[in-house]
Amino acid sequence: MGKNLFNKVWEKHTVDVLPGGQTQLFIGMHLIHEVTSPQAFAMLKDLGVKVAFPERTFATVDHIIPTDDTSRPFADPLAEEMMQAIEKNTAENGITFFNPESKKQGVVHIVGPEQGLTQPGSTIACGDSHTATHGAFGAIAFGIGTSQVRDVLATQTMSIAPFKVRRIEVNGKLKPGVYAKDVILYIISKLGVNGGIGHAYEFAGDVIDTMSMEGRMTVCNMAIEGGARVGYINPDETTFAYIKGKPYAPKENWDEMVEYWKSIASDADADYDDIVKFDAADIEPQVTWGINPEQTIGISEKITNPKNDVMQEALDYTSFSGGDLMKGKKVDVVFIGSCTNGRIEDFREAAKYAKGRKVAEGVRALAVPGSFGVRDKAVAEGLDKIFIEAGFEWREPGCSMCLAMNPDKLVGREISASTSNRNFKGRQGSSTGRTLLVSPVMAVAAAVTGQISDCREVFNIGGK
Amino acid sequence: MALGKIEKVIGQAVPIPGDDIDTDRIIPARFLKCVTFDALGEQLFYDVRFDEDGKSLNFPIDQPQYKGANIIVSGNNFGCGSSREHAPQSIKKAGFDAVIAGSYAEIFFGNCTTLGIVCAEASDEVRASLMKAIAENPSEKMEIDVASSKVLFNGNSYDVSIKPNSKSAFLAGNYDSLADLLARMSKVKELEAGLKYSFKS
Repeated sequence: MGKNLFNKVWEKHTVDVLPGGQTQLFIGMHLIHEVTSPQAFAMLKDLGVKVAFPERTFATVDHIIPTDDTSRPFADPLAEEMMQAIEKNTAENGITFFNPESKKQGVVHIVGPEQGLTQPGSTIACGDSHTATHGAFGAIAFGIGTSQVRDVLATQTMSIAPFKVRRIEVNGKLKPGVYAKDVILYIISKLGVNGGIGHAYEFAGDVIDTMSMEGRMTVCNMAIEGGARVGYINPDETTFAYIKGKPYAPKENWDEMVEYWKSIASDADADYDDIVKFDAADIEPQVTWGINPEQTIGISEKITNPKNDVMQEALDYTSFSGGDLMKGKKVDVVFIGSCTNGRIEDFREAAKYAKGRKVAEGVRALAVPGSFGVRDKAVAEGLDKIFIEAGFEWREPGCSMCLAMNPDKLVGREISASTSNRNFKGRQGSSTGRTLLVSPVMAVAAAVTGQISDCREVFNIGGK
Repeated sequence: MALGKIEKVIGQAVPIPGDDIDTDRIIPARFLKCVTFDALGEQLFYDVRFDEDGKSLNFPIDQPQYKGANIIVSGNNFGCGSSREHAPQSIKKAGFDAVIAGSYAEIFFGNCTTLGIVCAEASDEVRASLMKAIAENPSEKMEIDVASSKVLFNGNSYDVSIKPNSKSAFLAGNYDSLADLLARMSKVKELEAGLKYSFKS
């Protein structure tokens, strides 16, 4: 029996087995941001411990940064305090900080790949649960808590138990109008929000093999929404082509690194704890109706009658009913962005359909690039003008309305069609607001019609 | 980092029914704008405890009979969502030392263990009878015995489970792993020197 990528990378990075039975795992690349790092630096200071490998930690600012007026000091004094803390902590400890002045700032999971820091065969940790995004490159990447951020800063290692590995294959060919976001929402709706607990998900199959890196990142990004702390995809020529030429990518040793990266991919006869297969033909554009990402249906499907308390609680919160179609539900806000769908391909695809159309009256629509890199490319291609002419607000890079730690928030009972990753109660900043997760093209369809619509019908995709 | 051993958790319990109680529910994201964890205890479960005008919704932890409780009894997949340690920190700062749930989200579970919050798992039946017994005897003290994985309440004994790694860490008093990690830095440096990484600008 061969080995899978997870086992190969885990073995290479194992320092020791700790007295309690946990693995002491070396973390090759550590990303930090302003929300979950200041307390860790304070803990280190209290203990009198220095950062062990400052060259292996990279910082940016994303959660709290305003996306409209970014002049300093920030209007929100709490945001300003957090910004100053990360400036001070990175400067004092010799850590590279991708701040707005560097023109490299952005959502941490967009910046890492964009800078060429995210590479196959790495272990990557960050105090953010969407760290699995980096798994799209064949890295083992996962979110950690602040005490573990402290541990990684102090030792470049952490205590963690190994995972089981589930291979999830999506075979066949996606229908026109169906995107990476629909694939991962569909998988979560089938395997559940806790189906992946204790597991790393290896995504594979025809659909994943032919997917762009942006699409693969969208899929891995939401592994945690299915309970899997790690999601990854074996590296291939698509991966290498994306990395080549990026600022931190290998240069003179390129061929040698590519050979190494190929060697860490899962063997053809690799062993898995289990294998789940899906057929791409069964997937249509998806939309969530409830308060967790498992509560997802296809655009032609109806919400089933509640089968458990969580479903009932969701319907009580959203004021939808069993038997309802999501198609036709009115939306107040449309948000395109986040670490799930804030990359250049997302804006290119969305702009293709926003072009020449208008956001429906009464709908507030935001297009928020995930990083300066994404923004600059979009501007160079004229995408910003397309969104602005269509009636979207075109913003500066940041997490924006994904989680409402900055001024971009829902108000009251507003309903938003959002390309982000969580539809939890209150997630977008109003304790009664409602979030419907969709792909970027579905978000544009909602924006121009003012309601949840089948993007294939609105835009005549695939002759529908 | 000398930590005390955790062999038992004793105190009043409060039932918080519901599955998939996520980290945004435990501590809404807007309260994460802070550089210390100090104020998080007061904001625990804020949006389900208070309405938009700040009026109490009589959430279990605010009901007088459960004031001072230090053990939460809840549903399945407790703590799903974000990796933010703010969630277990707010639970701890609000005075809770243990949770009994059907299951836990993984990152949350690890964060709790590091902070010395005992997370025990119990079947649907056990939790249902515990919740009923607590509601009938809210002032009664509960005892969670870590080594035997038993919960003693109102004269009855209930079986729960505590994951072996966290159980041994609580009993040995080494649930915060930093000292163990630091003790192996020579091995860390040796391993680092042999790993293949290439990221230089």
